[in-house]
Amino acid sequence: MNTLIAITGLGVLCLLFEILNFRKAIVPITIIGLLAVLGITFSEFNAPGSHYNNMIVVSKFSSAFSALFIVLTIFLVALAHDFYEDHKTKISDFIAIKIFMLAGAVAMVSFGNLAMFFLGIEVLSISLYILAASNRLNVKSNEAGMKYFLMGSFASGIILFGICLIYGAMGSFDVIEISENSLSAELPIWFPIGMILMTIGMLFKVAAVPFHFWAPDVYEGSPTLTTTTMSTLVKVVAIATLYKLIAELNLIPSLENQDLLGTFKTIVVIITIASMTVGNIMALKQNNVKRMLAFSGISHAGFMLMTLLSISNSAGNLLYYATAYSLAGIAAFTVILYVCKNRDNEDIANFNGLSKNNPLMAAVLTAALLSMAGIPIFAGFFAKLVLFNQTIQAGYLVVVIAAVINSIISVGYYFKLILAMYNKEPNEEAAKTQFVFYAVAIVAVLLNIILGLFPSAVLDLLG
Amino acid sequence: MNNILNQIGIENYIFLSVILFCIGVFGVLYRRNAIIVFMSIEIMLNAVNLLFVAFSTYHQDAQGQIFVFFSMAVAAAEVAVGLAILVSIFRNLGTIDVGNLKNLKG
Repeated sequence: MNTLIAITGLGVLCLLFEILNFRKAIVPITIIGLLAVLGITFSEFNAPGSHYNNMIVVSKFSSAFSALFIVLTIFLVALAHDFYEDHKTKISDFIAIKIFMLAGAVAMVSFGNLAMFFLGIEVLSISLYILAASNRLNVKSNEAGMKYFLMGSFASGIILFGICLIYGAMGSFDVIEISENSLSAELPIWFPIGMILMTIGMLFKVAAVPFHFWAPDVYEGSPTLTTTTMSTLVKVVAIATLYKLIAELNLIPSLENQDLLGTFKTIVVIITIASMTVGNIMALKQNNVKRMLAFSGISHAGFMLMTLLSISNSAGNLLYYATAYSLAGIAAFTVILYVCKNRDNEDIANFNGLSKNNPLMAAVLTAALLSMAGIPIFAGFFAKLVLFNQTIQAGYLVVVIAAVINSIISVGYYFKLILAMYNKEPNEEAAKTQFVFYAVAIVAVLLNIILGLFPSAVLDLLG
Repeated sequence: MNNILNQIGIENYIFLSVILFCIGVFGVLYRRNAIIVFMSIEIMLNAVNLLFVAFSTYHQDAQGQIFVFFSMAVAAAEVAVGLAILVSIFRNLGTIDVGNLKNLKG
């Protein structure tokens, strides 16, 4: 609970710095503030409880994911200073919006009441609409913002309708009451319909096939730092929330009571396999790196949705996969930010000969892509290993076979980028690198490798 | 109030809301004018608000009506951001036709 209040306070403070003319110091101060909030989150980890009439529930799940979100936001804020160099007067707005977005994200994983869940998801989405369209003189950014806004508010409407039907069936928004009532045998048909609508809305936010069509366009058109936010922070938030919703509202047992469990499992299997396959196959033919990583994100969403198949014991797994994926994403996008800083497109040709111009950045991008592809010593490999293992134990061999085939396909497009960096000649001289790019990229990759060496540090957190 | 609800029946409220919601959905999917798309989104949200109030009376419970305030506030914020994006599109392209947004493809 203190995490959420502290984050909101920090956001307000960022806006105040604008008035006090502290613009130069805003990034370091915000990072220090976020580190303090991280400390608060760790201190709450072993003190679960519910607050404000069960509006906010602090559990191990919520604190662990909140800590991950805060770490990701620290990286994003650190990159912001350089990215918004041309908009120095607006930097406090951009950072404040990012911090408020983080508040929405934390509210989404620590909700104890569907009202809190809805407010969280809206705070997160509205901040993102602004960030996606924030380069207002660029037509592509406008278009990305508009598309994201239309799809986002459409999805919010569906989620709201789902919440409404659940309220109609249960007479309460409280998660505990709903989960108790959902076990009773006689439920109005509204309850499963409401859950389905809510799941569909969340799948829109996750960008899982068949609700993925907005993602590549929005990722490509948004400013690169916003794309980083979407593909790391927001994707992880949406999946964690979907997982929590299905787990906490006792959806699985209540569907079992109504003989709908088999259908639900089949749908999840189809969505995971379709997300992985469509994402990877479409990524193969992309020439724009941001678009490629958008499709790669869709396939990773498919991998993460596999945790829904063994929902009773896969929370630690999901946290580990999400951490591995998002840290690799941060590292990869940092290099993209560096390479495409003064260019108007993000084609793979821009990466030609990066290993000669800047070997360190090339190595970081290679490491990040290898982690996403699932090559050993990086966390991505162990995340997939544990995930596949658990899914086989739950009895879904077909999904795991499809996932392994997809991992092999994904190597194809990740190596396209790596080969461009190492085998082609550079087009132009190297640009000067800011220290912060190195710092963020290297810290993210190191964290990823450390997690790969000590997977149990995260896997066993949620028991 | 509850008396009226009993006479009309909660099902009819649900049908009405579903119809309004579907009108909104089809508006979003088929209309090309951005303002009308925004209006359709508002219809979707307001259809849900109507159902919230109906359920609130049905359960004799005030929570549903409180939720309507949240969802109205959120809808207002959402549309404010949406209109701001629309203004910047109009300045750049001189049109608010959603069909003209085709720079991003691949």
